[in-house]
Amino acid sequence: MIASKDNFSAAPASQGPQETFTLNLGPQHPAAHGVLRVLMTMDGEWIQRAEPVIGYIHRMHEKMGENRTLAKFLPNTSRIDYLSAMHYTHAVVGAVERAAKIEVPLRAEYIRVITSELNRISSHMVWWGALLLDLGGFTPILYAFDDREKILDLLEGLCGARLTYCYYRFGGLYNDADDAFLKGTRDFVQHMKPRLQMYRDLVTDNIILRKRLTDIGPIPAEMCRRYGATGPVIRGAGVAYDVRRAEPYSVYPKLDFKIPTYPEADSMARYLVRMDEMEQSLYIIEQALDQIPAGPFIGKVPRVLKLPPGDTCYAVEAARGRFLVRLVSDGKDTAYRVKLRTPSFSNLSLYEEASKGMILPDALAMMGSLDLVIPDIDR
Amino acid sequence: MSFLALEPIRVLLYLVGICAFVGGNAAYLVLAERKGAGRIQRRPGPNEAGWAGILQPLADGIKLLAKQVMVPPGTDALLFRAAPLMVMAPPLMCLATIPFGDTVVARNLNIGLLFVFSFGSINVMALMLGGWASRNKYSIISAARVVSQNVAYEIPMLLVVITLLMITGTMDLNEIIKQQAGWFWNWNVLKIWVNPLMPVTFVIFFTCMLAETNRAPFDMAEAESELVAGAFTEYGGMGFGVFFMAEYANIVVGCCLATILFFGGWQSPFGALSDGLWGPIWFLGKTYALIFTVIWIRWTFPRTQFYSLLNLSWKILIPLSLFTLLLTGAMMKLPLLFK
Repeated sequence: MIASKDNFSAAPASQGPQETFTLNLGPQHPAAHGVLRVLMTMDGEWIQRAEPVIGYIHRMHEKMGENRTLAKFLPNTSRIDYLSAMHYTHAVVGAVERAAKIEVPLRAEYIRVITSELNRISSHMVWWGALLLDLGGFTPILYAFDDREKILDLLEGLCGARLTYCYYRFGGLYNDADDAFLKGTRDFVQHMKPRLQMYRDLVTDNIILRKRLTDIGPIPAEMCRRYGATGPVIRGAGVAYDVRRAEPYSVYPKLDFKIPTYPEADSMARYLVRMDEMEQSLYIIEQALDQIPAGPFIGKVPRVLKLPPGDTCYAVEAARGRFLVRLVSDGKDTAYRVKLRTPSFSNLSLYEEASKGMILPDALAMMGSLDLVIPDIDR
Repeated sequence: MSFLALEPIRVLLYLVGICAFVGGNAAYLVLAERKGAGRIQRRPGPNEAGWAGILQPLADGIKLLAKQVMVPPGTDALLFRAAPLMVMAPPLMCLATIPFGDTVVARNLNIGLLFVFSFGSINVMALMLGGWASRNKYSIISAARVVSQNVAYEIPMLLVVITLLMITGTMDLNEIIKQQAGWFWNWNVLKIWVNPLMPVTFVIFFTCMLAETNRAPFDMAEAESELVAGAFTEYGGMGFGVFFMAEYANIVVGCCLATILFFGGWQSPFGALSDGLWGPIWFLGKTYALIFTVIWIRWTFPRTQFYSLLNLSWKILIPLSLFTLLLTGAMMKLPLLFK
């Protein structure tokens, strides 16, 4: 819109002390990580109201799931949260297997766990770098991407894709994990442990970082419950809710791992939860590598996959929280209804309440601690 | 009597030299910063233009010059255009009194210190005007931040300078340097027999210098992840380029001042080899070491919160600098009591 000269007649300096102004943060803003728009009513630098405006990258993934076969829909899900594609395809694959009662070989389940946890680490590495970038520290993201690169190389060797993996298939996997992958993963675990310790020493213990995150943006468990926030957000509020334990899937029940929780419910708690989760993921990968059996990597799957009429849900613990796929079938080869419950959507919806009365940099630090992926919000 | 000895010509040559020095520094400090950042982040940094990226500033300059300088509608066009000039001119003036060597100085004023600080403070006003004239909400927030930040940090900085003035007893920058002659323990930063808190005074001065020049971790004016580009959001092309150069020019002035006040200026660390050409070499060596520290800090720390920045100044730095001021006064006057 080309504004006329008259629109500019009121200079901002004429605002009285009681007046507020509207700040349109986004859809293009360095801290919006994509195309999130937050309509902020500001009193100076204090936020009176921050209303997230979503829908800039809505792609109708649910509807697309309803007008194509399940196999054709599967790659779509890796584009929803592009940082944890493995988990998202896992949920769809799991829902179909549960509905069609397909047996999955044990080897495939172990490889799924290994790749999922690798994906979780790479996703958390991106979050870590991006949060520090939000806080004005530019260097950590390059170290984070250095480590992430190793994971991407491993997964690329396995399935050809570096970001939007479509490695899982109904009943198994696209191909078997070769020895190079298994050895590479073992090397990566050994490489990553001292790196995580270094990040703790250099970044987590930095006094500026601690001051910027501690007691900033409290999100208590009660608020998480009202908005349906999951993942590191609710674990940062002291609730040990993890889909891997609450609604066990794959071979997670056979594996030993802790659910890191911090009762402080502030941004630092969410930060520490994710840092601990990376360590737990490494621990899970080590166990899975030790336990992985030989055998086929894909089970018996009918050539034309038709789900029996019914309603199936399957939830996974994605990097940002609980991702659930609901498939309603009427017996055709396409689903009658697809519902995707994405964690970022719920985690964002509490932003308006949680950011009330905060100062702008703190509100953006809190937004960083929520680890939002915008395509995951809009679907 | 040679032609060069004439005072007006000497001053003119020095001013041209200072302009070239500031321009060259601004251009190559950008490269140094990017190379330094690359080193810290384990990547090569700019390495395409020329050998090891040596021509990168030239490419950047051509790109910025070729861009249109936009004045967005609704802005205060005069102030919008004037702000980059006002931010660039003061550091040039400051450098006119800075002695690079025993005789290498454009104009040796006997109130050099006062002159540098009075011109150094104009920087704030320029950033505020730039932010205000842009008619952009991010710029306005940034302008408000710049003012409160610079007011808060000017006070401890000046208190530290007053402490030094009590010790040196002169505002003549060259005289201050000459008092620090001899071995390096004669430098003001290590003169703990005058005031045991002298190293702390330097830390206060350096922190304030970082805040005054809006450098990380105190870069509230730019704060790219919060305020897009703060006061510079609406500036493009050379308007932005001048702001960018001025930031480095201010760093150079700040580090020159720190070298003069605390590290003995053009004096060598061991009492010899500080005359003639050696003076500028020592001076620039110390200055660039400080500038490297500034770059190093920027790429290591995240940004502080705005209120903790102000808390740092009002609750820690100002009381501390007042205390050092009192301590210095007491240590200077106590011997007189027992005479």
